[in-house]
Amino acid sequence: MKRSYYEDIEFFSSKVVLFWFCVLVAFIIIYPYILPNYYVYMANYMAINIIVAVGLNLLVGYTGQISLGHSGFFAIGAYATTFLMLKINAPFLLALLIGASIAALFGFIIGIPSLKLEGPYLSIATLGFGLTITTVLGRLEFLGGRQGLHTPELIMFGWHVDTDREFFYLLMAITFLLVIGARNIVKTRVGRAFMAIRDEDIAAQCMGINLTLYKTMAFATSAFYTGIAGGLYAFVLRFIEPEMFGLMMSILFLGMVVVGGLGSIFGSIAGAIIFSWLDLQLRNILNIPYIGPFLSELSRSYFSITGVPNIQFIIYGLIIVLIMVFEPLGIFGFWIRTKKYWKTWPF
Amino acid sequence: MENFLQLIINGIAAGGYYGLIALAMVLIYRTSEVVNFAQGEIALITAYFTYMLLDQLNVAFWQAVPIAIVFAFFVGAMIEFCALRRAKDPNVLSLIIITIGIEMILMGLVSWKFGADPKTMSFPISPYDSVTFGKFYIRGLELLALIVLLVVFLSTYLFLSHSKLGTAMRATQQNLVIARVMGIRTKRIMMLTWGISGAIGALAALLIAPTTMQPYMMWDPMLKGFAGAVLGGMTSMGGALVGSFIVGIIENLFGGYVSIEFKSAVAFFIIVLSLFIRPSGLFARHYVKKV
Repeated sequence: MKRSYYEDIEFFSSKVVLFWFCVLVAFIIIYPYILPNYYVYMANYMAINIIVAVGLNLLVGYTGQISLGHSGFFAIGAYATTFLMLKINAPFLLALLIGASIAALFGFIIGIPSLKLEGPYLSIATLGFGLTITTVLGRLEFLGGRQGLHTPELIMFGWHVDTDREFFYLLMAITFLLVIGARNIVKTRVGRAFMAIRDEDIAAQCMGINLTLYKTMAFATSAFYTGIAGGLYAFVLRFIEPEMFGLMMSILFLGMVVVGGLGSIFGSIAGAIIFSWLDLQLRNILNIPYIGPFLSELSRSYFSITGVPNIQFIIYGLIIVLIMVFEPLGIFGFWIRTKKYWKTWPF
Repeated sequence: MENFLQLIINGIAAGGYYGLIALAMVLIYRTSEVVNFAQGEIALITAYFTYMLLDQLNVAFWQAVPIAIVFAFFVGAMIEFCALRRAKDPNVLSLIIITIGIEMILMGLVSWKFGADPKTMSFPISPYDSVTFGKFYIRGLELLALIVLLVVFLSTYLFLSHSKLGTAMRATQQNLVIARVMGIRTKRIMMLTWGISGAIGALAALLIAPTTMQPYMMWDPMLKGFAGAVLGGMTSMGGALVGSFIVGIIENLFGGYVSIEFKSAVAFFIIVLSLFIRPSGLFARHYVKKV
């Protein structure tokens, strides 16, 4: 039972939360030492998707504005960070922040139409933005054009970050900061304004919420998160090209948020982890025991063996459809129901 | 000047394909406010189904096309019946996301079955045939697409305005609850709408397939068709048609005079600009929400 406002925004609301938080931190610290390098790479990939999913959830889940153009912000973050480091030798963190700020500026600009548009009209505007960014990046010669860019060596305050393991700690620190930041946004005035806009924008306006400010702010914040994730992604892959940031990427980002649960930070984290795990697993689906041989047999007799990588789209699609049909709140909804079930157990 | 007119003709020709998709999307949007992102993929799977009938099972062309249209109708209706109708407490966002999921499933299935390499579908009109009149020319397939679009548009219009079923569909579009109170089986009407729109969209794919046929072939027409429908206002069929032609003309003019690579980007940019001026599209009445 919460009695005061400060109890609501308190970070460690109970000893149990504090305990699990400490366990999580300890687990993250020892993670690279107990698991092989591939899993560290996987965790890096997950962390980046977590940042995007949390940022996108601020927009889609909390403010209720659809976006099909987040791969555009992601690309802007990745290109701006790499470009600043390559051409003017900016320090990594500064380049990352500037890159994310440029993404946020674009987010602000895309947010302006959202004051007037909704539903399909907004989705076509954001979709157009995402497609345009990819085309433009492919044409700019100083950004490598279609060949793409290789990221420079990552040196931070004399610390040469060149293995996945070292990058893991850097990435985890940034992810932690951003997730906690998002949680604080959601729990305080700004987040409540976002939710009021989602529930009914006219009512929110009547309560004194500045729609112009908060809608554009939602877009800018979301774009900032995505921009940071993009900048980090460039250093996970060490190579970026315009073709990577297509419409499919935006759709997968949206899928993560939806599967995790709209309007829940915990849900976005879960959704991002599941989707990135699936993504990495399904890339070599034929090597999975039992399922792999069966699928290759099936492909040989009824489908085609060259098309096997496309099975991942079927699986993503099935997950999205099933989650939306049976549990619109996603994984977060399952979590709430399980919790309720145990709380009221014999009844 | 000749070049200019030729580019406009090319634009209108491209608009024929977009118009079919736009018409299909508008039909669904009017009944349920859902943007059907799976529209292109329903069409895609129908095109590959027709390819299978024609080139692997050797069915005659005049038999294959009706079978394909029935197939598209069936796919569209099944999507409504199996997925959208079952959704737990549906809202517009979750329904849109379901269609995105279905789009991924259908595209995955097609590219799993047929691989990514391009195919050629046999078609009575070769993609290289063109009709010339005076100094201008139009490709035979595109002319056929325009004729099909016109026929489909008129017949849908007459169906909606003059038949009993069409009246029931319009009633469902205007007010679902009251239509149900009046004894219309709204769920069945929804399914029918999805089926019809699936079939209309599939016509576009059948006409595109002779030129290019690979699993990504419907992305571009679908996005352009969607853009055209949005430009026309998403609720008016005539508007969707005009919107699609505008999209086609803009992108061809830009592609012809400035740069071919940016032509899609510019089409989208102009749509966003025009939405900024008329937020509900060119031909729809803008409803300002009132308390």
